Amino acid sequence: MIWNEEAECMQQDEREQLQLRRLQKVVKLAYENVPHYKNRLDKVGIHPEDIQSMKDLQKLPFTTKEDLREAYPFGMFAVPRRDIVEVHTSSGTTGKPVVSGYTKGDLDLWAEVMARGLTMFGADEDDIIQNTHGYGLFTGGFGVHYGAQNVGCTVIPISTGQTKRQIEIMEDFGSNVVIFTPSYGLYLAEVAVEEGLDTKSLNLKAIGFGAEMWTEEMRQEIQRRFHAPAYNIYGLTEIMGPGVALECPEQDGLHVMEDHFYPEIIDPETQENLPEGERGEMVLTTLTREGMPIIRFRTKDLTTLRRVECSCGRTLIKMDRITGRTDDMLKVRGVAVFPSQVEKALLKIDGIEPHYQIIVTRPQHLDQMEVKVEASPELFSDEVKELIGTKKKIENYIHNEIGLRVDVTLVEPKTLPRSEGKAVRVIDKRKFDDS
Amino acid sequence: MKIKQLSIFLENRKGRMKKALDVLEKGGVSIRALSIADTSDFGILRLIVPEPENTKKLLEDNNFIVKIGEVIAVRMEDEPGSLGKILGILDEDDINLSYLYAFVEEKENRAIVLLHPEQIDEGIEALLAGGAEVISADDIYSL
Repeated sequence: MIWNEEAECMQQDEREQLQLRRLQKVVKLAYENVPHYKNRLDKVGIHPEDIQSMKDLQKLPFTTKEDLREAYPFGMFAVPRRDIVEVHTSSGTTGKPVVSGYTKGDLDLWAEVMARGLTMFGADEDDIIQNTHGYGLFTGGFGVHYGAQNVGCTVIPISTGQTKRQIEIMEDFGSNVVIFTPSYGLYLAEVAVEEGLDTKSLNLKAIGFGAEMWTEEMRQEIQRRFHAPAYNIYGLTEIMGPGVALECPEQDGLHVMEDHFYPEIIDPETQENLPEGERGEMVLTTLTREGMPIIRFRTKDLTTLRRVECSCGRTLIKMDRITGRTDDMLKVRGVAVFPSQVEKALLKIDGIEPHYQIIVTRPQHLDQMEVKVEASPELFSDEVKELIGTKKKIENYIHNEIGLRVDVTLVEPKTLPRSEGKAVRVIDKRKFDDS
Repeated sequence: MKIKQLSIFLENRKGRMKKALDVLEKGGVSIRALSIADTSDFGILRLIVPEPENTKKLLEDNNFIVKIGEVIAVRMEDEPGSLGKILGILDEDDINLSYLYAFVEEKENRAIVLLHPEQIDEGIEALLAGGAEVISADDIYSL
């Protein structure tokens, strides 16, 4: 089944005309209503009328997360605030969050793209979908929710957590489509086994997962444990939320909803556009969003775009799953973590040397984060219980800063790499590259 | 009456204890007594050495974290029940012990216990009043 055959299977030349018309409109909308865009375009001497082909998009300046943050809270809205009917925010772990505003039309668009994706997964109006993504300022829960209702599924808006209850409801309600992050999915599977549930008896039709990086092995593991195919969901708050790109039954890359979100790949160093098939940083432009048009947003996500004939019949361009970032952001159990936050927490404690190392591992498919901190004469005590107290105190400071429990290990002085040039602050032992 | 003790922070990692001992060997430091407290993450090596200040500096020059603390040394008969008697004295005076370690004095058929009570001065008083043979630093170093 294809949700919107006209849009999803459109001939490429026809789609390009549609994209251009939409781009011209969105640039005009942004220029005339958002001071940030007017300033930026005026600075480089480009006027909305100068956009005559899709290639002209490359003349426009990029938008960065910092730009969006500076506009906090509502500075990027292109419509009066009264026309915004919903807001979401990024996690805001590195300062002020990015606020995303949606008009009624934007919510319809969100429901449309997510419905396309859920239809790719095989969901229809006879299905019961258990949505374990969090509901709230996070976009994950609502994005899936709107799409599922648009399809006509019965939605169980259970959100994250209460794992035993999740299992019980899956069983009692007969959920046959489940949405989770890969690591939460594996945890769910474990608890299901503990609770004596045979996941085969659930007769799951499909699993949708996103919000963190994963490997093909992890997908296989999830599929094996739940006896159902698992499909990738991509999205980001700045652009919309989940629904920017989704995976079809071929399970070989995600179809980008390019009639609404225009993707480019650039070299993150030179900022030059790269040809199709080359790996680089993805840049996205919203073509139809009314409330908050975003032009050339640098996602910092590394991927490849491929225009290939897909057995599913869709002509939408494909992107590979995200295998890296251009910055040092880590996703640990779905939560964005920057090493600078850990540093900030450490600097609040007297007697700590600002030398640390973060080690992320994934034993039994669940992310673990260890922070090695150098002990100092000020921290050291002859008493074991005091040293353990110090360790706990550091763990609490980091927890307060990043919202995740970590394991702190005190190490001997001068044993961690020093920041000469690029210090190895992070050792990520999880493998996201299959190669 | 108080004996200076060195406490050294050790990572719970292969070879760390050896590294510390190598430094002492090179510096010609003879260890009078030693104990180690260990947890899954780290250890604390406690040492009694003849020249605590110099040894501390030697270890610090080799990037170890060292603290000088104080313990009480008590000499006793090397026979069953001796240690219990000493602990009984502290117990009666309600003095909490953080840790202790002991060794045998070969020549004289005696043993020495090193005690680290939470309140060290009260500990010494109680031990003396209780008739324990509290010995001086020089006594230990000359063993």
